[in-house]
Amino acid sequence: MCRLALKTAREPFSPYEVLTAMEAMKEGYDGSGLGLLLRGMEFEDFKYNPRFPILSGIAHTEKAWHRMTDYMEEMEYELKYDHRFAMRPELIEAEDRYRYFMRAYRMPVEFRDESDELREAELLRARLALRKLSTEEDPLTIFSFYPDVAMIKEVGWPMQIGDALCLHDGQLKSRVCMAQGRQNTNYGINLYACHPFFIQGISTMTNGENTAFVPIRDWLLGKKFAGYTGYQSDSEVFTHILHYTLKKLKLPLQAYKHIITPLSNAELAKHPQGEFLAGLRQVCKRLIIDGPNAVIGTLPDETSLLVMDQKKLRPATVGGRDGVWAIASEICGIQAMIPDRDPSLDFQPMREHTVIIPPHRKELEIWSQYDRFPLALAA
Amino acid sequence: MVSVRSVSIGPSSLTPSDLPWIIEHREDRCTLCGHCTAVCPKDSIRLAHMRQRMPKLDILSKQRGSEYRTFTGIRQETDSAKLCIGCGMCSMVCPNEAITPIPGTNENRTLFFENRKGEPKKRGGRRNATGPTLLDRIMFHRISMLTDPALDAGRHEFTTTTTLGRILSPEEFLERTVSGGWIPPTREIFPFVIGSMSFGALSPNMWLGLLQGVAYCNEVLGLPVVMCTGEGGCPPWILRSKYLKYIILQIASGYFGWDEIIRAIPEMQCNPAAIEIKYGQGAKPGDGGLLMWHKVSKLIARLRGVPEGVDLPSPPVHQTLYSIEESVMKMMQTLSMAFHHKVPVYPKISASTSAKSVLNNLVRNPYAAGLMIDGIDGGTGAAYNVSMDATGHPIASCVRDCYLDLAKQGKQNEIPIFAAGGIGKNGNVAQNGMALVMLGASGVHIGKYMMQAAAGCLGNEKNRCNVCNLGICPKGITSQNPKLYRRLDPDKVAERVGEVFMSINTEVKKIMAPLGRSQSLPIGMSDAIGIADQAAADRLRIQYIC
Repeated sequence: MCRLALKTAREPFSPYEVLTAMEAMKEGYDGSGLGLLLRGMEFEDFKYNPRFPILSGIAHTEKAWHRMTDYMEEMEYELKYDHRFAMRPELIEAEDRYRYFMRAYRMPVEFRDESDELREAELLRARLALRKLSTEEDPLTIFSFYPDVAMIKEVGWPMQIGDALCLHDGQLKSRVCMAQGRQNTNYGINLYACHPFFIQGISTMTNGENTAFVPIRDWLLGKKFAGYTGYQSDSEVFTHILHYTLKKLKLPLQAYKHIITPLSNAELAKHPQGEFLAGLRQVCKRLIIDGPNAVIGTLPDETSLLVMDQKKLRPATVGGRDGVWAIASEICGIQAMIPDRDPSLDFQPMREHTVIIPPHRKELEIWSQYDRFPLALAA
Repeated sequence: MVSVRSVSIGPSSLTPSDLPWIIEHREDRCTLCGHCTAVCPKDSIRLAHMRQRMPKLDILSKQRGSEYRTFTGIRQETDSAKLCIGCGMCSMVCPNEAITPIPGTNENRTLFFENRKGEPKKRGGRRNATGPTLLDRIMFHRISMLTDPALDAGRHEFTTTTTLGRILSPEEFLERTVSGGWIPPTREIFPFVIGSMSFGALSPNMWLGLLQGVAYCNEVLGLPVVMCTGEGGCPPWILRSKYLKYIILQIASGYFGWDEIIRAIPEMQCNPAAIEIKYGQGAKPGDGGLLMWHKVSKLIARLRGVPEGVDLPSPPVHQTLYSIEESVMKMMQTLSMAFHHKVPVYPKISASTSAKSVLNNLVRNPYAAGLMIDGIDGGTGAAYNVSMDATGHPIASCVRDCYLDLAKQGKQNEIPIFAAGGIGKNGNVAQNGMALVMLGASGVHIGKYMMQAAAGCLGNEKNRCNVCNLGICPKGITSQNPKLYRRLDPDKVAERVGEVFMSINTEVKKIMAPLGRSQSLPIGMSDAIGIADQAAADRLRIQYIC
């Protein structure tokens, strides 16, 4: 089973801290991999401008590396920073790892003054085009291409991967870090199948299994949106549903819970906006999940969230204090990340809750599905 | 040459062993009470007086050595008009287990003569094909073993309803919510719908028993079951009652019953569940309804606005329409408007290789609330045998093709597909229905199964009974003769309806729980089903398992 850890703090911290939480929860997974997402980046040797998109991934061979760099040059992305990991390659299980990269670019001139929407569309296009450059002989894996976000995924025990990439050396810090400790062993090892998943700044990771995967995937594919692709893992749809809710339907974050785990008829009958929510449930019926899942996510504005499946079939806890918060699938994970908090204030969300850690990180918002829905049109 | 008239054998003379059902009568047990002959719907058996020679051996006597005794017993008719239909009513009423029909194992020679007077065989029932159906062979194999605590069908909360009606895309829904636009009406219903059986095809006791059961399911059991009227309307008091909301009113090519319905609209207390426009029927594609004169009683004649005792064959097509496109334009819009756009209106068609074209027309019509597809194994009250046995298209691949087509367009949530035709043919109603749901249907219609399960219909696919067309239904289910339908207690039918739907609901949960599904009906969850038949698996794009 997956183990999940997220830490968010006003002051950037090393991803190694989150890896210690993964180590604390070691009993619960098989050491088959690590997925890491960093947001709110800080590099020791570079003053990073958070408008620069960061391309992160793995060039498995030299040829793949050149194919990637050539493409970026051809598309007129100007390289501003190329992060070099101090590597200990002997700790990496896999052999075909020519180079892990995290490269900050300045976007081509024509996009500099464009709207965020157009810039995001271009970054998505470029990421998918880069993914397509991968070949059987020279694989290229692209995890994310977005401002202020970097990702690493690798096979092996999380701590071992952290040591291999020397993540403890303080070269790399972030204000948000998500980690997940398992490859997707449901369907065979594939780096793309490892959580967290990413699309246009939105990322989620999940423990458990998505039993409604196929109907949800089929529906998302029917939307004909280029980014709704991949699906090497059944959990990738959680990220895409969140993306669809926020970016396509432009609904507030609270709608996510109503879409994936809508209230029952009896509950909606008592809800102040029952009629609207019943309609929403119906039009988004194919996006209903069954769990068992806890979904942990982060948004481009550094908001973090945690929601449970409708029956709360998976555990997850949130804890912390003003300025620093952690979400983990196990309490020992929280303890490892923020030992100096008041554990009596830890919160375990129930089936109806959405836990939101806003960017100011002062306090948690615990929003219940039974509460009034914060949307003018539903009034 | 002139035939020998003293031999009373014609070309179509038959002996009992030529018949599909042979009456086995035990004279040693018979008390001659006459119950069997009285109840036999076909007059296949008669009390007969017979003579038997009693040989007497008396060597000294000069008289001839035989005596005769006469006795009374049961004999089977061999005239094809009076053939035993195997219904078994005789053995049900026999106090002494003296009589029972058994299937004839010889060739069924009667088949060659069921065209007397140039009229091919007509019957009720459905395709006479026995054995497990394709749906019976589908297995739910994607058991959630990896990370799941299994769901508990008995204790966890399950959503087992489905949506009937046009559903907007999420974008369109939000846009119309803001602008105050029309949001098409929908109904959350139980995915097993009592399929269209008309008030006319069914006896009043059966029809009202079903409705009573449906009301019980909704109001007491909390299962939102709905039933479809079939062509022929429904009793005027129902149109003006609160029970109308459990009823899908069907309009078909004969428009029977619609005078009453239109007249009742201003007085309706609630809207009907939906309107079904029948363009085709799985059991007899190319035919309209066929209510034979035997069943056009005074009440039926009144409801349908016709004289008593005449055959009521509906035309094969809606005469006012030129094509399905036109129909989609006109009829759906008209009917939707008649109910102030507050009632879903959808067409019912025969399963066919052309079903996808119909579907694509519907996708472009904002008033189309769904598509109901009826497969070759569907039942009917009356049709030509050849239509029933050999004309039509099986339901599974038709539904699958339509669903995949919708999915390709990203519209699978917008137009629900309902499937019918052979669901529960061998009793596996929940399994068959859920297999279709996972192939892509939003729900299924069950007709024959309801007759069998709720009222004890005796018909089967070995051509047992199947005389619904003649109005002589021995159970009183499909007869308009009060002497017959008073045999059926509507309260008992209602009780059975409740039992059937409770049990289907439990079985649906028992299927969903191990798949890890509980929050929504697993429509199109094709990864959950498999079949041990490579060709069928390839065709349906599901897994081959063995």
